[in-house]
Amino acid sequence: MIAAHVFDAALAVLVLGVAIWTVTAGPAFAAVIGFVAYGLLLALVWVRIAAVDVALTEAAVGSGVTGALLISAAARLRPTEQRAAAEQPGPALRFAAAALAVLVAAGLAALVLFPAEPAPTLAPAAAAHLQALDVGNPVTAVLLAYRSLDTLLEKVVLLLALMGVWSLAPDRFWGGAPKLWPGGQRGGELTLLARLLPPIGIVIGVYILWVGAVAPGGAFQSGAILAAMWLLVMIAGLQKAPEIGQWRLRLILVAGPAVFLAVGLAGFALPNGFLSYPEEYAKPLIIAVEVVLTLSIAAILGLLVAGPPESERQR
Amino acid sequence: MRVLLDLVTIIAVAAGALFIMAGTVGLLRFPDSLSRLHALTKADNLGLGLIVLGLLPQSQSLSAMLKLVAIWLLAQLAGATVTQLVARAIRRDGQPV
Repeated sequence: MIAAHVFDAALAVLVLGVAIWTVTAGPAFAAVIGFVAYGLLLALVWVRIAAVDVALTEAAVGSGVTGALLISAAARLRPTEQRAAAEQPGPALRFAAAALAVLVAAGLAALVLFPAEPAPTLAPAAAAHLQALDVGNPVTAVLLAYRSLDTLLEKVVLLLALMGVWSLAPDRFWGGAPKLWPGGQRGGELTLLARLLPPIGIVIGVYILWVGAVAPGGAFQSGAILAAMWLLVMIAGLQKAPEIGQWRLRLILVAGPAVFLAVGLAGFALPNGFLSYPEEYAKPLIIAVEVVLTLSIAAILGLLVAGPPESERQR
Repeated sequence: MRVLLDLVTIIAVAAGALFIMAGTVGLLRFPDSLSRLHALTKADNLGLGLIVLGLLPQSQSLSAMLKLVAIWLLAQLAGATVTQLVARAIRRDGQPV
């Protein structure tokens, strides 16, 4: 018991320390490495408070995919970093940022120090209807049944983010392929890893998706793992990044949200409203939606990291 | 039997923790990047390996054991590749400042 407390206290101090280090680190690249370490430590914190679903997402998406995104951003920004760092924000802006940070910290502190008794919870309500859905993992039930509108909008936001990245492309490159940063030499260690790891990674990705119905896991974590495998193959140069103008690629990108939306709209006709499932088909429908969503998420996350197109479209 | 298994766990995990600590000290104290990489690989290979070895007697099922060993092997694979890549970059571009 005492050992667990000591571990938790050490973990909390470590998370705070890495957070401060990340904020104060000089070069952007160092800060990104700090951020990745911070995300992994945060995943450990989620495990300690028994939120394994969130821990998996934090490690795969918060630390993994976002880390890869930030590393490529830092690499692209390197030529202008010195000049940008020299521009200090004015005292008014700094004061406003500090005041806002203090306000948020005080609000969070108030919530933690003076919690409502008993703590408000919807956990019993979420657990009560698991039987009807035939889904064993309450987190998956919340994401795809009770609060499925949030999940749907989240996927649409992902698509919008990808459009934002693509819109950074110069006109002449529109519809072309993104260029990933150059990997090692052909036949080098990176090529070996890109050949060995994807078969294992794909199995783990599919496993995480499948097990999401009854245990921690699900579409987002699985999609992140699959995206990582795809990126590894592209970075090693075993396969070129796809041209963003291809209609087949775009179909994969929108398939997830579109199928989700179609199932949701069908809810009007069959059961009793938008995004509700007929009881006897709830589980197969949820799994079907998850499978297509995973594919779309993997493609979107991979392309987000790959960045805007940087070559002309081959006709 | 139980006591014996627990003893194996304590000894192996403690030895693993020692290797990870030694690797971390090396990472912080060694003068150049290549030696720092060298220190890090010891933590990766031996440290994690010994901890996994120590946890094996505590796992409930064969599949849990296989998962632990798989984690060690995957970490080995990733660690070895990244070390090679970083070392190659150092050889190409010289020591980072």
